[in-house]
Amino acid sequence: MKLTRRIAALALAGLLSAPALAVLPNEKLADPAMEARAREISKELRCLVCQNQSIDDSNAELARDLRVLVRERLVAGDSDEQVLAYVHDRYGDFVLLRPPVTGYTAALWFGPALVLLLAGTGTAVYMRNRRRDAEAAPATSRLTPEEEARLQALLAAQDGTGSGEGKRA
Amino acid sequence: MIPEIGHYALVLALLMAVVQGTLPFVGASRGNVAWMEVARPAAYGQFLMIGLAFVALTWAFVVSDFSLQVVIQNSHSLKPMLYKVSGVWGNHEGSLVLWMVMLSGFGAAVAAFGRNIPPTLKARVLGVQGLVGVGFLLFMLLTSNPFVRVFPAPADGNDLNPLLQDPGLAFHPPFLYLGYVGFSVAFSFAAGALIEGRVDPAWGRWLRPWVLIAWASLTMGIAMGSWWAYYELGWGGWWFWDPVENASLMPWLAGTALLHSAIVVEKRDALKTWTILLAVLTFALSLMGTFLVRSGVLTSVHAFAVDPARGTAILILLLLAVGGSLLLYAMRAHTLKVGGVFAPVSREGALVLNNLLLSVSCAVVLIGTLMPLVLDAFGHKISVGAPYFNFITPFLAIPLILVMGVGPFLPWKRADLGAVLPRLGVAALLTVVAILWALWAHGVKPVMALVGAGLAAWAFCGAFAEIAERIKLFRIPLGDSLSRAASLPRGAWGTALAHAGLGIAVAGMVGTSFWLSEEIRVMKVGDQTPLAGYTFTLDKVEELRGPNYVTETGTFTIRDGDDLVATIDAEQRWYPVAKMKTTEAAIHTTFVSDLYAVLGDRTEDGTGWVVRLYHHPLVPWIWFGSIVMVLGGLLSLSDRRLRVGVPQKRAAPVRGPVAQAAE
Repeated sequence: MKLTRRIAALALAGLLSAPALAVLPNEKLADPAMEARAREISKELRCLVCQNQSIDDSNAELARDLRVLVRERLVAGDSDEQVLAYVHDRYGDFVLLRPPVTGYTAALWFGPALVLLLAGTGTAVYMRNRRRDAEAAPATSRLTPEEEARLQALLAAQDGTGSGEGKRA
Repeated sequence: MIPEIGHYALVLALLMAVVQGTLPFVGASRGNVAWMEVARPAAYGQFLMIGLAFVALTWAFVVSDFSLQVVIQNSHSLKPMLYKVSGVWGNHEGSLVLWMVMLSGFGAAVAAFGRNIPPTLKARVLGVQGLVGVGFLLFMLLTSNPFVRVFPAPADGNDLNPLLQDPGLAFHPPFLYLGYVGFSVAFSFAAGALIEGRVDPAWGRWLRPWVLIAWASLTMGIAMGSWWAYYELGWGGWWFWDPVENASLMPWLAGTALLHSAIVVEKRDALKTWTILLAVLTFALSLMGTFLVRSGVLTSVHAFAVDPARGTAILILLLLAVGGSLLLYAMRAHTLKVGGVFAPVSREGALVLNNLLLSVSCAVVLIGTLMPLVLDAFGHKISVGAPYFNFITPFLAIPLILVMGVGPFLPWKRADLGAVLPRLGVAALLTVVAILWALWAHGVKPVMALVGAGLAAWAFCGAFAEIAERIKLFRIPLGDSLSRAASLPRGAWGTALAHAGLGIAVAGMVGTSFWLSEEIRVMKVGDQTPLAGYTFTLDKVEELRGPNYVTETGTFTIRDGDDLVATIDAEQRWYPVAKMKTTEAAIHTTFVSDLYAVLGDRTEDGTGWVVRLYHHPLVPWIWFGSIVMVLGGLLSLSDRRLRVGVPQKRAAPVRGPVAQAAE
């Protein structure tokens, strides 16, 4: 309980302190290509004590340590994937801003496609049924005679006031 | 004394809301005109009382009455007046008062301007509005009373979070809330129509102005929030897929869908049950936005436990409002008559696709925002951040914008794509030109940048191609085209502006996301740094004093070759009362790009400063485009057929398929 409260306090501190300067000049790698890779990797990693900030954006001490770690791994010859795997092994799923595809994140990764599929199918079925019902129903106007009379009166009145704006299709 | 008046006014407002939320329903079901009519004075009275409470609270902040708990916690006697006033809603209790001012204000506006609405429907709409008010006022008085006194009163307050002491953020919450709360009217209309058991094109027409107001305000509020993040947080980011931001994006997506589906109800008497559901869901998402942000559940699931009373109360409120209306929907929706039919390829069909894509986008944001909370409850701690959303959203945004260009060209009922697409030839040509320009200026990578540039151009050109088509530009003499343009309904111009605004904003997003240049280094006074063809020189660094902070100010001059472009000041501020540091970025805008400089800490040897310099191409267009979208919304709102107080004859409820003739 005490630990969770501590984490909450840290998270709050991370939220409230202005994230003034994240990456500092002395962290940068000499090789611009490798530095660019480090920046891209940093955008995938969460600053663990901040509220939803990547280590690239955060000026927290821990974010700085992680940025240095990422660069050390790159200098040691790791590929981008290896660096991410290295950090993931040590800090768990929480550090990845793009969650891994596993059993419990299935809803996250396949949910959107499933929702789109269901919504799309639902819409298609609804439209087909609507058209079928409409074809089955008598094609004539579904207005009552009184409504029909009122409609004609209104249309006549509108034409009378010279409202010539197109009845587009 | 004044806080007590405010407190008492809140209690009176609650009583009036109770009256507004009960008698009119009974009156409407029994046909008792007097009871129905009670809704109007009750709505006015509730607005007046809450307005009084709001003024009382503002007064307490303005005179720094430190016997009030909220004032102690969120104000300081040295704070500039603007932020004393904005401090009223810069906290939980005060923001609820502001929320209620708007809710009751919308209620009073419906009572005052809804003269054409049939009395029973109007009574029910106001009744639902009253019930929502009862919920919020109870919540406020029982768990979040802004007028709680402290004895003895301290000599001074704790100050407002310095990050919030900013003109952009002073007005961000009011616009956001105006949007959230505006959707309450759509909700009330939906619930009212369900009780009434009748939805017709006239209902769609009564609904639309309120949805337009809410949508325009929410767009403005979100844009202001992102603008604030851009210049205040110090590295030029403008959207972070933070849960708090997502909480405002979800009602925006649903509200945008609602705005479009209501058109189909109005013009074609179709999509009625869907529109009702969407109105309910949009307000539910607005409530959820408030819940997520205010309960603290987002910071950490554990923060929720710090003040369980508030969180639980909002949750109950949410469940009652959403559960109640969904139950009503399940019971009554099937009684609504099915309206006009249409072919899949038609204006209606395009709007259905718009609704499909926007709703699924909303669902994606919902899944991404809530899944970490859900999994946390099962013991898995995961993070869902920008990389996830940036991966998923293009799949929905790209087809949405493609359809947006074509949709307005399609006639109602049934369309022939073969006949319509050639009319978009010029827009397509300009889109290709934009892609080629991006290719020439920035290279083939990343490919998404080229796609984005094309989409921006497509949205922008498509919007004006539609206007050009309607005024027969270059096909008839120019003078005739101009007079046609002048007589186009304002709704048509509004649509074109809003769609073009989205195109402009997309261009800004693409520019700053993909083509940004950045330099991070230590600079001494006199040092020069080249960036994107410009040269930044650090001229001097001074220590200065503001009203409630001290600042270190770095002055940069920017040159393009030998020509002076601008002299800008970047600050690093220290707020002693709140014990916080903030950065004030120096920004020079050329309209096609921003030059952005941030001053950081002094180096340990004391001779230089860490600075971050940026060139953000097209970034101002994000907010310029947003403003164009808002203007489009407002122009639509001023359309003759929606204007409040329009002559009775024109606005008389025209039922059935006649309504389309007005367009």
